Formats: sequence, structure tokens, C-alpha cells
Amino acid sequence: MAKLPPYTTTGGYIWHYTYLAICGLIFLFLIFPILVIVPLSFNAIPYFSFTEKMLSFDPEGYSLRWYIEFLNSLNWQGAIKNSFIIAIFSTIISTFLGTLAALGLSRPNFPFKTTIMGILISPMVVPLIISAAGMFFFYSRIGLQGTFIGVILAHAALATPFVLITVTATLVGFDRSLTRSAATLGASPTRTFFKITVPLITPGVISGALFAFVTSFDEVVVILFVGSYRQRTIPWQMFSGIREQISPTILAVATILTILSILMLTAMELLRRRNERMRGMAPK
Amino acid sequence: MNKVMKQMLIAIMLVAFTGGIALAETEMVIVSWGGAYTMSQQKAYHEPYMKLHPDIKIINDDSAGTGAAKLRAQVEAGNVTWDILDSLAADAIALCDEGLIEEINHDVDLAAAPDGTPASKDFGDLIVCPCYVPTIVYSTTFGYRTDKFATPPTTIADVFNLKKFPGKRALQKSAIDNLEWALVADGVDVTKVYDVLSTPEGVDRAFKKLDTIKDSVVWWSKGAQTPQLLADGEVVIGSTYNGRLFQAIAVEKQPIAMLWDAQIFDLDGFVIPKGAPNKDEALKYLKFATDTQRLADQAKYISYGPARKSSAPMVGKHAELGIDMKPHMPTAPANSKRIVVKDHMWWADNQVELTERFNAWLAR
Amino acid sequence: MTDQVTTQEVLTTADGVPLKISLKRAMRKKMITSLLLVTPLFLFILLTFLMPITDMLLRSVDNKIVGELLPRTIPLFSGWDENGQELPGEDIYRAMVEDIKEGAEAKTILRLGRRLNFERSGMSSLFRKSARTIKRIEQPDSYKAAMIKIDKRWGDINLWRLIKRERGSFTNSHFLSAIDRQSNDDGTIGPKPEYKQIYIKLFVRTMTLSLLITFMTVLLGYPISYLLATLPTKISNMLMILVLLPFWTSLLVRTTAWIALLQKEGVINDLMVAIGIISNDHRIVMIHNKTGTILAMTHILLPFMVLPLFSVMKTIPVSYMRAARSLGATRFTAFRRIYLPNSIPGIGAGGILVFILAIGYYITPELVGGVSGTFISNMIAYHIQGSLNWGLGAALGTLLLMLVLALYILYDKIVGIDNMKLG
Repeated sequence: MAKLPPYTTTGGYIWHYTYLAICGLIFLFLIFPILVIVPLSFNAIPYFSFTEKMLSFDPEGYSLRWYIEFLNSLNWQGAIKNSFIIAIFSTIISTFLGTLAALGLSRPNFPFKTTIMGILISPMVVPLIISAAGMFFFYSRIGLQGTFIGVILAHAALATPFVLITVTATLVGFDRSLTRSAATLGASPTRTFFKITVPLITPGVISGALFAFVTSFDEVVVILFVGSYRQRTIPWQMFSGIREQISPTILAVATILTILSILMLTAMELLRRRNERMRGMAPK
Repeated sequence: MNKVMKQMLIAIMLVAFTGGIALAETEMVIVSWGGAYTMSQQKAYHEPYMKLHPDIKIINDDSAGTGAAKLRAQVEAGNVTWDILDSLAADAIALCDEGLIEEINHDVDLAAAPDGTPASKDFGDLIVCPCYVPTIVYSTTFGYRTDKFATPPTTIADVFNLKKFPGKRALQKSAIDNLEWALVADGVDVTKVYDVLSTPEGVDRAFKKLDTIKDSVVWWSKGAQTPQLLADGEVVIGSTYNGRLFQAIAVEKQPIAMLWDAQIFDLDGFVIPKGAPNKDEALKYLKFATDTQRLADQAKYISYGPARKSSAPMVGKHAELGIDMKPHMPTAPANSKRIVVKDHMWWADNQVELTERFNAWLAR
Repeated sequence: MTDQVTTQEVLTTADGVPLKISLKRAMRKKMITSLLLVTPLFLFILLTFLMPITDMLLRSVDNKIVGELLPRTIPLFSGWDENGQELPGEDIYRAMVEDIKEGAEAKTILRLGRRLNFERSGMSSLFRKSARTIKRIEQPDSYKAAMIKIDKRWGDINLWRLIKRERGSFTNSHFLSAIDRQSNDDGTIGPKPEYKQIYIKLFVRTMTLSLLITFMTVLLGYPISYLLATLPTKISNMLMILVLLPFWTSLLVRTTAWIALLQKEGVINDLMVAIGIISNDHRIVMIHNKTGTILAMTHILLPFMVLPLFSVMKTIPVSYMRAARSLGATRFTAFRRIYLPNSIPGIGAGGILVFILAIGYYITPELVGGVSGTFISNMIAYHIQGSLNWGLGAALGTLLLMLVLALYILYDKIVGIDNMKLG
């Protein structure tokens, strides 16, 4: 694909470049909406269009007022704090439980493996609105609706499948002869676990934890049902803001979140490379 | 004196140790609508109350939009975390009917008017159910763009007249209000609206009238959308709560004017959930917050009419703009020449049926 | 653990236990350890997720309230033939009066009125009125006459038929509503009047729009996946970022972005006005309708199509196409006969995934869908938070859940849950 063979006809050339142009447009479609909000969030006036001043790169056309508004608003401050509290705790719970279960499930001859796996990852498959409705009813019943514990448990439940899947994926390529040789060399099971298994699965666990964190951090449906105003998170605040009117403050928040997701993406990529190096697999 | 000092020291230490979470305080959760509305309550009720009672900390929870659903679930499960809920009359009636909120003895629990008139008389027939303490009278009415028409619309019939007043309309995505307006625009007398709607032919007539503008309607679900749609020029006429329009006209100086004809009155007020954690504190708060002066004060911050008769003469000027608020009240004589009085009991019976039909009509 | 080293005839381990038994023991021990590792998560999911889902499923048929609030009346119904033309007997009227009296005292009877009002308009006010006035009925000559005097609707046989029909602890009425049907007064089940039918239409709309969105993701995802799979790794890794960044960006951020782009005062309309394609008064409505939902959701779900498609295409050897071309096939034929069939599993995997995700979407249709672009999820949310008809909301949720589970099983059959990859 990279270089066209010398026998390519003119039609072939035209086709090839048309194809590349189409691909370019599709990539543009993917990335443009995300990038376009960045300059708009620095708009000096409360509109969603590029003003003439902005287009001529006049510094007066730009301002940080929406970022300042974001940081000064009590509503948003609370939302930032809550988002982190909820995401961190639900990440800890889901990473711990998910990793344990992945270790158990990946052992050979586990009974009813597929069924149990299916049940355990069901929170990822069931549409969020249904999970949210069920949790709303049930958590109200047991007094967890509108509490931090309730939201954290709900988010942890939604996030465990991601941990389970990523850690299991790490263990699929896991060379069992490593633990066996450790054992034959006289290492106790505990020592084997901490010296062999842990370092090997760590990248999987960390990427699972990242997934869990993002799941909770971006989650908006369940929080609307299980949470109350006091548990409002950034997505909650964004959702109610967008429903009323989208102010440039929301674009500022969106820009910050985009930067956060670029950081996440980078972290994931580094982990993936490390994982491949650890297992002696050259990056393809 | 020494004792007081000691207590204060302990309190300060507690505050310091718990990072601002003062354990000595009672936290009272009041659920309201958020935005400018909660702000007006904060200024007129909460702040003066907390000044008088430093041991009470009022927490605003802006969940009233889903309040009825969450309250119902909380009470059914016997697990209530809210002390006071701000509720529309229709919701309060339903919740009270089913014993999900506390009954209130208006004359005992609430303050009398300055001239001694008992609270039940002062609120009059705005006490729509034994559990309700109404605070404001608001209306759902229309605003229009002043720069889009040569002659401004003056009646509800004009809203339905696309020929004379071309352009998009903003209406709430709900059967309530729209069916009433459709009939009034079709010539039904405002006092006969519910009689006509009680017949199948009446319902057909209302939907037929709505059909005539259906393609030109933008449906809103939050009150703030209409002022925005009007300001952006996406619609030329739109319905919303009068306080939202006041904000757009008087504060944001948008080219919008009010069309008060056939405005629909509704109430907003406080209820106490059954099993509220601080019921006694909540009652004490209600006695203060809904007295004559406090209700009149709220009108300084938002253009909704106080629910007490004795508060009406005390309505003064807007706190920041300095405009006289009286002519902006939905209850002002000039604005309430023709009004539709919403029949909550009628809606309690027919809402399921008509909403079903309305949703199906929308989806068609 | 597996250090049994022995060459004796009867194989034993070092401590003399026969190898077979020892192995079995070791296996069992392993099994127990594995189970112990999985148990905490299983219990956690059971408590925080499966029980809530069950709660919702049960709510869709739950009808205990009728029996609880009419404890005297319900048992007597067996003595009344609802198919006849006779009103219930004096005993049933008397039991009803007592039940309402008790319910009025406890302020609970209107919960029944509300429940039955979902079946028939006016039940709410009937019970409200009856609860207020029923104290007046003391030792009357005829309970029947006394009740009908309170409200003549108590003399309507269809009302009694409704109460008898809904007497059980379970009801099918929410599910009937969810498929636009109802129980008629004569006990048969039939369609609702046409002007009230909506849910089937919404299910169909949800499915067709999801299908359209899935098709769009294939249409857009296929060319770029092919490009990514055939470019040298270095370049394709760079381009992959353009797919992964949207994947990692918050759903709300992407929805916000589309609102900013598409709305009437948004970037695209501004652009078109600026270059003179449209005039300022004729800005195009691209949001708060079907178009908005389709565009935004295609964008949001595209990475879910590209990633599986890419991983399948990566496994198709380049030599296949070369061989086909060298054997005389045209570019198009080679693609159609060789590459496309080989990439079908990727389309299948990505397609089902996107479709499953799409039919359960709530946030994006809610924010950009307006009236014509909303899904069944929005109706579920509405019934739970707005109309408070929880039974109907739960019934719609159950139907949606069954649909998704069926697709999920299909996905498992075709792709396998174990092969689910992330990122």
C-alpha cells in the first residue's frame, strides 16, 4: 500500500489518491469535532462561533474567562472533588476484585468458566439505562441511593469487567512454565506469586485500573439515578448544563477532559509497550 | 462567660480538626431547582435563617427536577435523606394523597400575618393539600421577539396563527398547558377549558389545534431553553416560566417581550418528606422562611409572586436592578386579565392517559 | 506443587502417597484456591449489580399493592362472575368499604388509586373522593347503594372487572402497555387505540436507527481500517492515535462537540453562511432531530468498529491480494473475491458490538435527538424519573434487556466473549 508498484495504470493512480483522500476525510471526521472545541473554549464572547478577532489571531478575541469561571464556580469545584473521590475509590475496589478474579479464572480447568465469565462481565454489556434503573430501585431499598458509598459501589460494579478483561488478556499470554520453574527451584507459592506473577501482570492491572478510572470518571447515566446533587460529578454537572444551554464553560471543561484523555492514551500506550518488552515480544 | 469561651474553643478545634466539617451543626438538606431560583431562596430564606441559628447548616440539593421520583423511592424504602423538598402543586398533591409527605397544621406550624390573620387564611386556597406550604405563584406564559413582527402578538390565538406571525414556536414537551392553550386559542372560554377537555371530542379538538402548528414547534424540556432559543432567534415565540423571561428581558436586555394572555398559574412550595431526618428543625425553618416578610423578600431576587396575600403589598424593588417588581408579578392586575387556573385534580386523573396520547402524537 | 519425582512401579510422591491421589488432592486444592479468588467478585457483582437488575425485572410484573390494600375484597372475588352482567354482591361492596376505610385511615389507599389510574383514567379521583366520604357509610341498608351514591362509577361493572383482573400479586398489564396492547373490558387482549400506540414504533425506530448507525460505521470504518492494516507499522501507529483519541475522550465531550458544530448558531452553519452557501435566515437545522443522533452516534461508535476490524484485517496476508492480481484478477475483483470475504469476521464482530452499544444509548439521543431522534432508553428514563410509571419503565427495560442479551449471545457464538479486546 505504501508505494504503488511501477505497473500501476493512470486509473490506478486516480483511484489510489481518491481513496487516500476519502480516508483523510474520515480521519478528519473522527478528530475534527474534538479539536474544534479547543479554540472555541478560549472565546472572549459567549458564542460558539469563530469571531473575526479569533480568525485574525487578535489576542483580544481570546480569553481565559470560561476557565476562570469553571475554577471559581462552587458547583464545578464540588464536581471535580466528587469525581476524583468516586473514581479513585471505585478504581481501588474494582481493580482489587477484578485482578483476584482474573487470577482465579485463568487457572486451567476452572469449572463453568464461560458462564461465570459471562456473568462477571455482564455490567459491561447491559445497557447503562437498565443498570441505572435497577440500581435506582435497589439502592433506594437498601438506603444507598444518594450516598457516596452507593455511587462508588455502582461505579465499581461497572468498572470490574474492564479490569477482568485486561488482566485476563495479560494472563492468556502468560507463560506457565515460569511459575513452574520457580517452584521447582524451591520458591514458595507466595514468593513465586510476588516475584514472577506480579511483575508480569502489573501492566495489565495498571491498564485495567486506568480503564476503571475512566469508566467512573466519564460515567453519567448511573450517577444521575443513583447519585444525588451532593455526589454530583463533572459529567453530571456537564449533562445538566448541556440540557439547559451549552455555555462556553462547558467547552472549557470539555477541553480539560480532552487533555486528560490524551494523557490517559499516552499512559496506555506506554504500558502496552512495556508489556510487550516484558514478555520479550518485539513490537510488531 | 468562661463556659461559652470553652465551648467556642472546642467548636473551633473541631472545625479545624475535621477540615471544615463542623460536627456540632445540624445539616438540613433542602432540595430545590437550582440556578437562579435556589439563589433567590438562599438570599431570602436560608441566609437570614442561618444567621439566626448558627447551629443549622442548610445544604442545597438541586435535585428537585427528579425530586418526586427520588422521594417516592426513599420513602417507600424507609430511607429518607432529605428534610425539605421544593415541589410543584401537582406533585405535592400526589405525594400527600399517598401519605409520602408530612401533613402540616398551617395555623399552628406557620407564622400568622403581621395583622394577625392566621396562615391558613393568608395563603387561602393556595393550600392545595394538607401537606403543602406554597411559597410562590408562578405562571407559564409566552415571550416573543420584539424585532420580528410589525404588530406584536397580543393573544394566545396569535401563538397559533402561523400566517400572521410566521416563525418557530417553543413549547414544553408535555401535554399539560399545551392542551389548555390549544383550546383557548380555538375559542374556548378560559373557565370552560377543563369541561371541554373532559370530553373525547374536546381532546380531539385540542390535538387538532396543536396539529396546525406541530411542524413549527421546537419542544423544550427545561425552562431555561426558551429564553436561549428566543435569544438565538431559533424561535420567535416561546412558552416558559415568567421568571425566566424576566431574567432575559430585564437583566440580559434581550429583544423579548411578554405575552401574558392566557397565562397558566401554578404554585411552588415546600413539603416535608415522611421520615425526614430533621423534621422538627424543618418545621422551625418553614415557620421562618414562609412568613410574610420572607416571602416578600424573595420577589426582590426573582419575579415570582409571593403566595401570601399579606406579602403582596410589601413586594419592593429588585435587589440589583432597582426596578419595581410589582408590575412584573404574574399576579399584577394588568398581567392577569385572562388566566387559566390549572386544575390539579383533573390532571391527576387524566395525566397518564393524555400524556400517553401526547407522546404518541409527538412520535407520529 | 508438581514436584512428584519418582520411578517406583506404583507411582508415589516423596511422602509415600500414591501419585494419583496426590494429584487429585493438588487439583482440588487448586480448584478451591481458584474458586476462592473468584468468589469475592462474584458476590460483589451479585449484590451491586445482579440484584438491582432482578429488582427491576420484578417491578415490571409486581402488583402486590392491590392485594395489600384490599385484603378483604380480593378473596371474595371468586364468588363473582365478571363475565356476567351482574354487579358484585353486597359482600364485596361491604368489604370494599371496609378496605377503603382502613386505607383512608392509614393514608395509603390513594397508592391503589394511582396504581389503577395507570389502567384507567379517573381511578385516582374516584379513590380520593371515596376515601374522603366513606366515613359517612355506617351500617347502611345496602353497601352497594351507599357506594354508588358516593360516586356513580362504583356502579360501573367494567370498573369491578378491572379490579378483579388486577387482583393478583403479579400483573401483565405493564408488559401489555410496553407492546401497545391492553386488556379490554371483556377480558380479551387487544391493541391500544391507534392514537396511543408508541412503544413498538419506538423499538422499531431504535433498531432501525441503530442499524443505520452500524452501517455508517462500517462504511466509514472499513476504508480506514484497511489503510491502517496495510500501511507500515510506524505510520499506522501514528494514524491509530486519531482513532484512539476519540475512543478515550468522554462521551459527553464528544456530544458537546457535536452540539457546538451542528446547532443553528454553530460552527458549520456559521461557516456556510460565511462562504455564502446559505443565507443567515435559512440556517439548516441539523440537531435535535434524527440527523443529530445519527451523526453524533456514528462518530462516537466508529472506534468500536475500527478496532476489531483492524485486528482482523491485520491477519489477512498481503500475499493473498498479490496472488489474485497476478492471476489476472482486476483490483476490484481481487478485493471482492479475496479480501472482503476474509474481513467479514471483523465486520461481524464490530457490527454486533456497535449495534449492541447503539440500541442501549441514552445520553446522546437525549441531548441531540430532539423528538424524532430519541430511543427507547429515553422513554425508560422518562417513566422512571418523570411520569413515575415505574412498572411500565421496568417492563420496557426488561424487553430492551432481553433484546441485548440475545444479541450478546449471538456475539459470543460468533466472536467469543473471551476474545473481547479493549483499546
